[in-house]
Amino acid sequence: MRLQTSTAVYAGGFSNPPVTAAHAFRAAMNAMARPGQIQNISGAIPPAGVSVAAGTLLLTLCDPETGVYLTPGLDSDALRGWLTFHTGAPVVEAGQADFALGTWDALLPLTRFRAGTAEYPDRSATLIIEVPGFGPPNAALKGPGIKGTAQMQLPEISAFRNNAVLYPLGVDFFFTAGAQVAALPRSTQVTAEA
Amino acid sequence: MSDYNFAYLDEQTKRMIRRAILKGLAVPGYQVPFASREMPMPYGWGTGGVQVSAATLTPDDTLKVIDQGADDTTNAVSIRKFFEKTAGVSTTEVTEKASVIQTRHRIPEAALSEDQILVYQVPIPEPLRFLEPRETETRKMHALQEYGLMHVKLYEDISQHGAIATAYAYPVKVEGRYVMDPSPIPKFDNPKMEMAAIQLFGAGREQRIYALPPYTKVVSLDFEDYPFEASKADHPCDLCGAEDSYLDEVILDDAGSRMFVCSDTDYCRSRRDAGHIGRMGELAA
Repeated sequence: MRLQTSTAVYAGGFSNPPVTAAHAFRAAMNAMARPGQIQNISGAIPPAGVSVAAGTLLLTLCDPETGVYLTPGLDSDALRGWLTFHTGAPVVEAGQADFALGTWDALLPLTRFRAGTAEYPDRSATLIIEVPGFGPPNAALKGPGIKGTAQMQLPEISAFRNNAVLYPLGVDFFFTAGAQVAALPRSTQVTAEA
Repeated sequence: MSDYNFAYLDEQTKRMIRRAILKGLAVPGYQVPFASREMPMPYGWGTGGVQVSAATLTPDDTLKVIDQGADDTTNAVSIRKFFEKTAGVSTTEVTEKASVIQTRHRIPEAALSEDQILVYQVPIPEPLRFLEPRETETRKMHALQEYGLMHVKLYEDISQHGAIATAYAYPVKVEGRYVMDPSPIPKFDNPKMEMAAIQLFGAGREQRIYALPPYTKVVSLDFEDYPFEASKADHPCDLCGAEDSYLDEVILDDAGSRMFVCSDTDYCRSRRDAGHIGRMGELAA
């Protein structure tokens, strides 16, 4: 009985890991290099409740060297088992996490995640935020990777603004919905769209 | 081909490099430490660039490799062959047809597009290294934005030579924050760094990766009274007649004869194919 229920964790990995991960990384890199631009990303089929995009990001970027934080709403035996089988990544507290997965409200407050140090700003968390979809933009973005300005829908403005003020410290964000991903690095200046 | 994992590196190494690239893009100009692997080529032959390319390539990519602008030098040919063999990617010498371009010490003359990625081979990623040998100190200097020493160095250039004599690896400031070594590209190429393509920098021996997202603000350091100047040899190309390209000087004999040719071999060839002829050029067959 137990064996039957746990076999689900073995499914949903990359069919051809080197190639699928290469395509997935290119989507993630294009997203991070061009804040607000939506990219297609797929390859993994994570347990119910997690989007294809978020699952694919986890399988592309996580391994035994990266701590992953799962918000209480998402944390389940099925997800832990799946993550452990496919990546070997340890599930950790928010303050130790290299990657964190959850909805926006569940991930708050951002201050509990590592923002890097002055000498090593790269030692900071990357947050994977599950969103219902990429709706009409409510924020204007400016900064590296953006020609002029870009637009994007964000769950709120002030938290991202406060994160950008910490630059070069801060956390970086992926937004995932279905098989799509967009990103917002700490270098982006965020203002409310009029 | 089947004897190697796709693009030579194992998947865990690629994940580590990919995480470093993402943090590099999030903090443009900051040098992200990474666990550089031993590659089947010596340090100084582009091991950093090769590792970044290996983590970036997909089977659909078309790769171009240049060494000082040339597609046909030993370093470029061997890296191109390396990825043909281990990644099975197609390769090209035509800048416009490439999706990933690995380069040693040049930026192609043709403007790069949003669909392209430029990977630099970097020998010494730390712009302050020759001024301060200790890594602990240079790291602190970057943290505190303590870049006065770099301006002193440029000032000493002026006091000794009457102008900023630094001609390559000319330091730049990225988005008003980090001073970055653009790798030993000629300063002629510095203004091109504000481009549509993603730029990734890999230093294998020094174990650093850094990056510039498209359209990142990159300013060459200078003084108000001694502004930055993107200089080149004051000649047209002797083969294709181009007046806007960076030139190599070639000594022809021991009697002082010399010629100037485009350092970017693909740019020169495409101009000659289009019918442009320089002083010593011949009509394309």
